[in-house]
Amino acid sequence: MKSLLTVGCFYGLVGAILALIAGRIALDAAHPKRWGSALFWGLLAVVFIFGQMLPSVVTGYLVLAMVLLAAARQVVPSNQAAPPRAERAAQAARLQNAVFWPTLLIPATAVAGTLLLGRIQMGGYHLIEPKQLTLVSLGLGTLLALAVGLRTTGASARVPVQEGSRLLQTVGWSLILPQLLAALGGIFAQAGVGPVVADLVARALPTQFPLVAVASYCLGMAVFTMIMGNAFAAFPVITLGIGLPLIIQQHHGNPAIMAAIGMLSGYCGTLLTPMAANFNLVPALLLELPDRHAVIKAQVPLAAVILLANVLLMYFCVYRF
Amino acid sequence: MIKLIGILVVAAGFALRANTLLVVMAAGIATGLAAGMPFNDILALFGKYFVENRYMTLPVVLMVPVIGLLERYGLQERAETLIRRAQAATAGRVVLLYTAVRQVSISLGVNLGGHAGMVRPLIAPMAEGAARARQGELSARTVQDIRAHAAAAENIGNFFGEDIFIAVGAILLMKGFFEVLKIEVSTWAMALWGIPTALVAFAAMVWRTRALDRRIAREAAESARAKGGQP
Repeated sequence: MKSLLTVGCFYGLVGAILALIAGRIALDAAHPKRWGSALFWGLLAVVFIFGQMLPSVVTGYLVLAMVLLAAARQVVPSNQAAPPRAERAAQAARLQNAVFWPTLLIPATAVAGTLLLGRIQMGGYHLIEPKQLTLVSLGLGTLLALAVGLRTTGASARVPVQEGSRLLQTVGWSLILPQLLAALGGIFAQAGVGPVVADLVARALPTQFPLVAVASYCLGMAVFTMIMGNAFAAFPVITLGIGLPLIIQQHHGNPAIMAAIGMLSGYCGTLLTPMAANFNLVPALLLELPDRHAVIKAQVPLAAVILLANVLLMYFCVYRF
Repeated sequence: MIKLIGILVVAAGFALRANTLLVVMAAGIATGLAAGMPFNDILALFGKYFVENRYMTLPVVLMVPVIGLLERYGLQERAETLIRRAQAATAGRVVLLYTAVRQVSISLGVNLGGHAGMVRPLIAPMAEGAARARQGELSARTVQDIRAHAAAAENIGNFFGEDIFIAVGAILLMKGFFEVLKIEVSTWAMALWGIPTALVAFAAMVWRTRALDRRIAREAAESARAKGGQP
């Protein structure tokens, strides 16, 4: 069955926003790296709008061009200043709590959409593509929030473009890092990196001891997640290489306990790695932290404690239940 | 063994502080060449996965115009003002409360939050506001410390809450993985066995947010002493 609203519509919208940013930069004679930056955002817009139609190898070269632009320091923020604090405080005093409602509309619409809109069908069409329900609902939420936000603030439609462009330029080329890392994970998987790692671990450690088997599985999940940047990519590799032969087959452990705690050990790795850029690096830029690794540093003690607890939990439970 | 060259490239690149995008792309190309793929095939893989993973970038780009608009109209300042009225609020408690809300809501399948949607516009300003209400002006280092912990709260709440909900990607992935191997595993069991770790994660967050509050109070005491005023 076909759908009226697909995630493709929103990729097009994202592409349009990125193209607007590229256009603003191209028209901004004061921009420190006018043409390089405009080209970067323009190419990204092309990938978002035409990504599904372009042959993969063409997209690959476009990505390479964006990477080279960033590496040559051609992608930098504009000189546009943030609005002064006094002005923002004055607006806050005028609008009171009304300024909150649009932000709360985003999660509210996302949740309501996920629960309700997915069921709506009209004459053989889904209203929303069922597989992409969460993303489409989130997209609808941001549109609704934008409309309500423009109404309550009385701002002109230029303001979201202007401010959005400034914020996205502070994130800069790091915006595409999550996608590029996902691609690296895919290439690692295609090249068969995982089995090599799992084999090395299994051969190097005395895994005949149940505790060693558990510890190397949990640590293997964490370390391989740090390398891949994604616990989902680490799970099949480490579970096939270490968990299944050692914990389940050799020591007769409980697969449900092993899998649940193993995946959460992988998440400890996610907390520690710059490879999980969307969780660790992009937020540092969004929060305007000068140290790109500040979020990871704050998470180190948390990850260490949780990982240790996971090893103990799994050791005491997986062979018992 | 030569297939591990990509990991080496990443490690060396990060150590040399080269541009991260360049390091990642070089690692992928090196790994592909080591596995015997032609250059164009490697770039085609980059293109394919880059397009498939556009969903990762979608929320940030869509949210940024709304958040930018509202911030221009005082969103962060209003969040600070509200939290100043709550007597019991400290930076650590705001961050901890967000962790709890995030963990519980996502374990019920409700995904509200995000670094762009919640942490930057609301949680970080509230935590900073709570600290300012108690301690006065904050140093840049303390502001960064508070913000980093607000981002950490988002990640902890998200990661260690979601696996308790059975319809989530991770649980379905594990179920599918075991089905292929003909091993019977119940999704309920996997979800329930996520709870102990979720509790540990929250306890670890209690510890870190208390440490954060202690650091802020210590800094305020030191700066008061330096000014020679009453403690």
